[in-house]
Amino acid sequence: MSATALPKIREETPFRRFLHDYAQSKLAVLGLVVVIVIALLALLAPWIAPQNPYDLAQLDIMDGRLPPGAQSMGGMTYWLGTDDQGRDMLSGILYGLRISLGVGLGSAIIAGIVGSALGLIAAYAGGWAETVIMRLVDLQLSFPAILVALMILAFLGKGVGNVMLALVIVEWARYARTARAAALVERRREYVEAAECLALPRWRVLFRHMLPNCLPPLIVIGTIQVARAITLEATLSFLGLGVPITEPSLGLLIANGYQYMLSGKYWISFYPGIALLVTIMAINLVGDQLRDVLNPRLRR
Amino acid sequence: MIAWLLRRLVQAAFVVLAMTVIVFIGVNVIGNPVDILISPEADQAERLRIIANLGLDQPLWRQYLHFLVGLLHGDLGRSFVFNEPALRLIGQRMPATMELAVTAVLLSIVIGIPLGLYAGLYPDGAAGRSIMAGSILGFSLPSFWVGLMLIMVFAVQLGWLPSTGRGATRELFGVQWSFLTIDGLRHMAMPALNLALGNIALVLRLTRAGVRENLPMDYVKFARAKGLSPARVVFVHVMKNILIPIVTVIGLEFGSVIAFAVVTESVFAWPGMGKLIIDSINVLDRPVIVAYLMVIVLLFIAINLIVDLLYTVLDPRVRLESQE
Repeated sequence: MSATALPKIREETPFRRFLHDYAQSKLAVLGLVVVIVIALLALLAPWIAPQNPYDLAQLDIMDGRLPPGAQSMGGMTYWLGTDDQGRDMLSGILYGLRISLGVGLGSAIIAGIVGSALGLIAAYAGGWAETVIMRLVDLQLSFPAILVALMILAFLGKGVGNVMLALVIVEWARYARTARAAALVERRREYVEAAECLALPRWRVLFRHMLPNCLPPLIVIGTIQVARAITLEATLSFLGLGVPITEPSLGLLIANGYQYMLSGKYWISFYPGIALLVTIMAINLVGDQLRDVLNPRLRR
Repeated sequence: MIAWLLRRLVQAAFVVLAMTVIVFIGVNVIGNPVDILISPEADQAERLRIIANLGLDQPLWRQYLHFLVGLLHGDLGRSFVFNEPALRLIGQRMPATMELAVTAVLLSIVIGIPLGLYAGLYPDGAAGRSIMAGSILGFSLPSFWVGLMLIMVFAVQLGWLPSTGRGATRELFGVQWSFLTIDGLRHMAMPALNLALGNIALVLRLTRAGVRENLPMDYVKFARAKGLSPARVVFVHVMKNILIPIVTVIGLEFGSVIAFAVVTESVFAWPGMGKLIIDSINVLDRPVIVAYLMVIVLLFIAINLIVDLLYTVLDPRVRLESQE
């Protein structure tokens, strides 16, 4: 026997520390797991949903408004009931998740790119560019999101593309404000000075050197904004201004069930609402924990 | 102070002007008014006659000027659906929205401040923790879904409260109000609570943060050392200091409450201007859409101005700065 083996020293990388810090909160881990499960459900909807709710050949109007757990004529069980067209609600929700998540994530990413770029430019360029961009941000943020989105959709009409455009216009300002605040701090660091002394092009200093260091607060904002975008899209679709009836998101499913609620057929609105709720809460849990973990002031 | 006020007024005027440009471009350039205003059966000669009649053949800047002059005269066209001046229509619906919004704000104060005080004074107790957990729900639940659930529980299952409409109204100052009758109040209970939910959470969190921040301060210790009762310390000394941010936020939130009334009014079929704008967008009643947008923009700018003024009156530190 040789000498007792030295215990292996685990190298501490930033990523490992991040994972360790994140796992401190059980609730946040649960949130992350739920987010991953929901994302997988949405991605795999065409393969795991019991029926394709938009293939009219698979629908039977005789199965309309069946309560949860009822059997169809063909012997299939509708675990969450059916809507007025005889669509299986479970399948409807899985397909609706795809649209809700797609619109929310897509608009948050586009708004993030546009907003962060404008915020960084405002901080780095200063002068009139900064004044113009930040005045626009102030103007945008002084009106509530729902009003701005309402205004844009009143001009453009409904549709998935238009909803995403409205969400991007509503959301970019928050990224711009956060990116500018972070970049103003980074701008005075030595590495920026060093990069400038190397006579690197300005865009390279800005996007290759400063941007990675500004990312943590932007990621936090981005997570919360995805949840906000999903909520806002659902609200707009509920009001009949969002996605068209051919591409129903969770909000539109809830709106469809609204008229049957008064006669006690709660499931058409209730279950899509629960799906929406769980999605939003899980994303917010992840966002809250990310804020604590990525905040350098709270680092132990 | 007067110079400051004038500067704010000029700023506000510029924002109004910018918004008129945005609304005008949105309506006349992005959407094509000709398609909506003229029936598809009209022949070419009639089309041209109507276009000339509406001034749509004029250059854009002249159309914009015409729009501005109309706005200054309070003339924003007639609703296609109701065949009434759009502004009068908005005016008729406004009291319903206003009483709902004011009730919601009052609810958020009456519920939010006591809960926030409690959570701030006993942050580690079970009740304090559950209040904070509940406030997260108030923020993240989509308000239209909460409205539906309220209807499901209190109107459909329990049958306690009516689910739609304004109920009986009574006239005061020439306007019909719901809050003056028992039936009207019963109709208002659910929509007002639904509209207030987000703000209750906001006021609650602000109050709690204020209490936590102020309790360790020297003036609280001093007041206690003087032998004042704990109730007097909290309700007089601490309260005075935490009210400034709360008043500001409540004032600023009043605008978003009116904007969010769009959702609540649609859920509860409350006949306010929010329901009117949604119906108008769905049938493309453009004069009403434009009138609503202009009214709400003016309302917002007025609210921001009043809150700024109140802030300087309430907070001596800001007052001193503005005098320098």
